[in-house]
Amino acid sequence: MFEFSTKAKQLAIGLTVVGAILWIVGFVMNGSSSHEADHGHDAHATEMHADAGHGANTEHENDYPGEAHASMIESAYKSDQTDSHADEAHDLHSDVRGAEAHADEAHDLHSDVHGAEAHDAHAEHVHHQQQNRPWSALYVAAIFFLGLGLGQLFFLAIQYIAQVGWSAGLLRVMEAQAFTIIIPLIVIALITFFGLGHIHHMFHWMMEGINIEGHENYDEIIAGKRGYLNPIFFIIRLLVYIGGWVWAALILRKNSLLSDTGDGVEMWKKNRKVGAIFTVFYAVTSSTSAWDLIMSIDAHWFSTLFGWYTFAGMFVSSFAATILVTLYLKSKGLLEWVNYNHIHDLGKFMFAFSVFWTYLWFSQFVLIWYANIPEEVTYYMQRWDQYKVPFFTMLSLNFIFPVLAILSRPAKRVPGTLVMASLFVLVGHYMDHYVMIMPGTVGDQYGFGLVELGPILLFAGLFIYVMFSNLAKAPLLHKNHPMMVESKHFQQ
Amino acid sequence: MGHIKHNPIVRALFNDDDIVLSAVKDLRTNGFHVSEVYSPFPIHGLDEAMGLKRTRLSTAAFFYGLTGLFFASWLTYYTMIMDWPQNIGGKPNSMWFLNMPSFVPVMFELTVFFAAHLMCWSYFAVNGLYPGAKAQNPDPRTTDDHFLMEVEIEGDEDALNKKLKDLGAIEISKIEA
Repeated sequence: MFEFSTKAKQLAIGLTVVGAILWIVGFVMNGSSSHEADHGHDAHATEMHADAGHGANTEHENDYPGEAHASMIESAYKSDQTDSHADEAHDLHSDVRGAEAHADEAHDLHSDVHGAEAHDAHAEHVHHQQQNRPWSALYVAAIFFLGLGLGQLFFLAIQYIAQVGWSAGLLRVMEAQAFTIIIPLIVIALITFFGLGHIHHMFHWMMEGINIEGHENYDEIIAGKRGYLNPIFFIIRLLVYIGGWVWAALILRKNSLLSDTGDGVEMWKKNRKVGAIFTVFYAVTSSTSAWDLIMSIDAHWFSTLFGWYTFAGMFVSSFAATILVTLYLKSKGLLEWVNYNHIHDLGKFMFAFSVFWTYLWFSQFVLIWYANIPEEVTYYMQRWDQYKVPFFTMLSLNFIFPVLAILSRPAKRVPGTLVMASLFVLVGHYMDHYVMIMPGTVGDQYGFGLVELGPILLFAGLFIYVMFSNLAKAPLLHKNHPMMVESKHFQQ
Repeated sequence: MGHIKHNPIVRALFNDDDIVLSAVKDLRTNGFHVSEVYSPFPIHGLDEAMGLKRTRLSTAAFFYGLTGLFFASWLTYYTMIMDWPQNIGGKPNSMWFLNMPSFVPVMFELTVFFAAHLMCWSYFAVNGLYPGAKAQNPDPRTTDDHFLMEVEIEGDEDALNKKLKDLGAIEISKIEA
């Protein structure tokens, strides 16, 4: 039986407290520094304008950097018909309509034509981006840590419906890990509700009057999506996700614990039903939750495989966490029925889903890159212009490093290489979520400071606390599981 | 598999895979040399029990795949960029690297193609499997429900025979080298 030692408890609580303090300090500092940026703007206004990315939205008074390119191109189409823009603007727009829509020209145009008034709007826009940063950083970490639990919750359900034998000895680890979804879900719900209350401006579509024609915030494209992207339906969906996922985690655990004193086969049959229901539910909600929570930040843009792409990233990072926890428990002399055949299998899953993630990432990228349709390609243009370093770093961490580290069979049976690969995957997928979320909320005002580090520590501490306290609540051996004998004899 | 026989060997026939596996372990811990086991299906853990060296085929496959990757890169470069620059969908065709994403499917497929094919041919070559090669199977029953073990005779032959009987062999025969 695993014991959550006081030392580990202190570490978990310490991480949580330090993380929370760092985030709050970062939040306060961020508030004051963004005011400075507001005033000290004249000095480097030209520079800022020359920077790639976020210029064109000045004329739209758009608070949402992710929409910058989209609105620029949108207006290009409009100007084509109405011809209402200045000559320079028209030149720009014909450029934009071509294959190489380039943001620099937009900046030149705006500094030339709009001058002072553009600067004010721009300053306000940058100010909003800076205000979004602590919220976005908290959100990125929450989504990332949600994935760690959600992936294993799904995997746990699969173990029952596929009648898997080898993993029976690991089910208690998965059960405990599945519970770690609860805190990130609460934080995600709070942040999105704050967005609906206009406390921050991460979600463009939550803006007031976005769907009211004639309103200064009116956005035709988002208004067209109002049937799906409206506050009421959004809240309902979010509550359904939380309810369904937490229900599955609780009931799978409950049945599993009951079997310790009761009938293992009966438990297994019950959990099989629960697993089947949850898998169907998750098949739909994994996609829709990814649209709601992440894709809706760039509300003009859409990608049909975004849900699977997000799911693959969550799934692979959850395996990395499971491997780390399992190896930790083994290093404590526990889980003696789990041997290197089981660890090898976890490694295989992590490797396979790294490749699967890359496949989906590339499928999404290459179609958009090849088709080069303005409303789609803006998504990658912003990442290319402003996020080159995290973009390529996360690609290598998520694909090239795992392939080189754990492609071969012996490497998957050595704890050292597995731990290394797991860390690559965890860092890589944090960065992947960062690159998914940040461009749409903070634009080029991104970085890695207290506000980013804080939430990671905060959630890591809570993850450890929830995980280990749940591991300690029940025996690690699921002794009446009907596949336990098979699991102990698993060999490959 | 084509191995070189040095000593005279004993062939022992078994009718259960678990018995074969434990027999192999027992014999090896007692210093006998189990040179081969014939089985109708793969037995988990037999490789380790026999102390077989791990195949280097997977290492070879990695390099075959790498060859395919380089071949595909060269192929796309030569055909699409250098020899007859192709303008497809207005994509940059002056440099291979700029157009690389559209070549990824080709690179992926040829990597798999080279790895899979060359691995197969290597396997055939190493094991002497060519069209018309004779099957190396001492007893046709090992393709149905029996298991055959070959043990080299080093020293006391009678002791080995007795040991095999004790371990559950149903038939024992001696083959001169």
